[in-house]
Amino acid sequence: MNPLIPLFVIIPLAGAFLIMIIGRFIEEFNKYFTSLVLLLLTCISFYFLFTTGEKIFVYKVGGWEPINSLPIGIYMVMDGFSVIVVCIINLIGFLSAFYSISYIKRYTAGNYFYALFCLLIGGMNGVVLSGDLFNIFVFLEISVISSYALVAFGVESNELEASFKYQILGGLASFLILFGIGFIYWKTKTLNIADIKASFSSGYNKTTYLFIQILILSGFGLKAAIIPFHAWLPDAHSSAPSPISAMLSGVFIKAVGIYVIIRLFFNMFAISEGMAVLITALGTVSMVIGVFLAIGQWDIKRLLAYHSISQMGYVVMSVGIGMILVSRGTKPEIASLAIAGGLFHLVNHAAFKGLLFLNAGAIEYTIGTRNLKEMGGLAKSMPVTSATSFIASMSISGVPPFNGFFSKLIIIIAAVMAKFYLLAALAVIVSIITLASFLKFQRYAFFNRSNNSKNHNIREVPFPMVFSMVVLSIICVLLSLLVIPEIRDAILTPAINILTDPVKYSTSILVQ
Amino acid sequence: MIAYIMCFILFLVGLYGVITRRNLIKIAVSLSIMEISTFLFFTLIGYIDGGVAPIVDPTDPVKVYVDPLPQALVLTAIVIGLATTAMLMAVIIRLYRKYGTFDIREIKNLRG
Repeated sequence: MNPLIPLFVIIPLAGAFLIMIIGRFIEEFNKYFTSLVLLLLTCISFYFLFTTGEKIFVYKVGGWEPINSLPIGIYMVMDGFSVIVVCIINLIGFLSAFYSISYIKRYTAGNYFYALFCLLIGGMNGVVLSGDLFNIFVFLEISVISSYALVAFGVESNELEASFKYQILGGLASFLILFGIGFIYWKTKTLNIADIKASFSSGYNKTTYLFIQILILSGFGLKAAIIPFHAWLPDAHSSAPSPISAMLSGVFIKAVGIYVIIRLFFNMFAISEGMAVLITALGTVSMVIGVFLAIGQWDIKRLLAYHSISQMGYVVMSVGIGMILVSRGTKPEIASLAIAGGLFHLVNHAAFKGLLFLNAGAIEYTIGTRNLKEMGGLAKSMPVTSATSFIASMSISGVPPFNGFFSKLIIIIAAVMAKFYLLAALAVIVSIITLASFLKFQRYAFFNRSNNSKNHNIREVPFPMVFSMVVLSIICVLLSLLVIPEIRDAILTPAINILTDPVKYSTSILVQ
Repeated sequence: MIAYIMCFILFLVGLYGVITRRNLIKIAVSLSIMEISTFLFFTLIGYIDGGVAPIVDPTDPVKVYVDPLPQALVLTAIVIGLATTAMLMAVIIRLYRKYGTFDIREIKNLRG
């Protein structure tokens, strides 16, 4: 029992409530309070990052102890994998909230914005920490409903259309997930992930099992915007206010999509090779098609949104390669390498994609357009935005001193060592096209001569926005330190161990 | 078994509506039909033939009770479904004010 774990859910929910009550009477309360709350959560999550290691902390809500070693209460679980995702959520959340202090002046109704923001964070923390399927669904809906509202926050025609599309596809995904959960409960009579694993390991019907897996994969695949399910993502992520785009693209699709897929397929289902090949294929397809869709875009936020699909493809492909190797039971060290590459890229993507969306927000804030053709010459007038977006662009396209290079390198090395030469070649080609696309972004936004006369008297954005961008760019550079074996062992290896070991997760939760 | 099949058909009816209808309100209604079919499925899982409500009666130990957990889950899911429907309706009303129509073919700013 670790009493700090439920704070990740309680504090943001209480924060949302307090903002709506106290924010009515005190003018500036909402913005500073949100940043403060998220700073506190970031500190707690980093405390967990350094203390968790190989341990698994379980918090039983309401103190319901298992009866006859069958878990009956709600479990919250903190292990090596969830702690990484919790750190990303709260860190990017804090920086986005701090950035919003200046950015949100463009909109009215600041109280609603910050309350929804807190709900979004609380929901995502809940999804990542929850130890049973139905709570994953409940917290998923909390975060998803607040993201529907935040996407539509501008209430112009584009925002509303994007939000409508997002709600229809998101609703479909929710019902697929709920159906899957229903099937699992029908077959196993339990909802605890560890208990389901134990129940499945004593035999199951193959057809039902496959049907459940397909339901869960398509449901969470819709939330994660893997390619056949991606239609909502470019609209929703480009229409939201920029700090929210940074949250959605940088964290949201990972926490409620990729994280749950990885967690359930490694720790709840027994990995079968067919399913692993399907996941790898989906990842590869999103990686390739995402980048080709991105290259023709002239709206910066749409371009970044398509690149999110492509970069998530890298993560899914790499984890899928690890999954194939684990299911074959051969070469465990290459499987760990592939999963390490995937998780490393997941962390990196949160940093650089969050930063890129904040840059896009800064550009939109000063010159009021998102069209690349109408920009130009911003490098002189906005030096900080220009420098940080250069770092982020080089990171995402995998140029050596930055973090993206190392994670892509690990992914490609793992693919070559596992003898998936085609996938390795595709990863290299996609990386080159990404570089081309971001060189276009840099050239048109910052280095071209300005053809717009009103661009002469623009200035750098205010301090909170500059602060968030600078911190994220420093994180982008620092994250490449994760490639050093000692640091990787401390942070990534516990996550990999819990994923690759088929029984560790379920047994160590059930005995507590 | 026939109840489960009916419930699955209801899900497909909802899905058909979401895919083919062109009116925003009708799409929302179809989504609600899918939602209801999922809830029905959940309640069917917990149902036991001849079972009564699970209020334990110590004087009659052989009494059969239905599974209470799916009922609790469905109650939670209904509340969530209410929130999503309300949110969807709010957006539809706003869309109607912007475009003056419920026809989804007229609402196509975002492309590519």
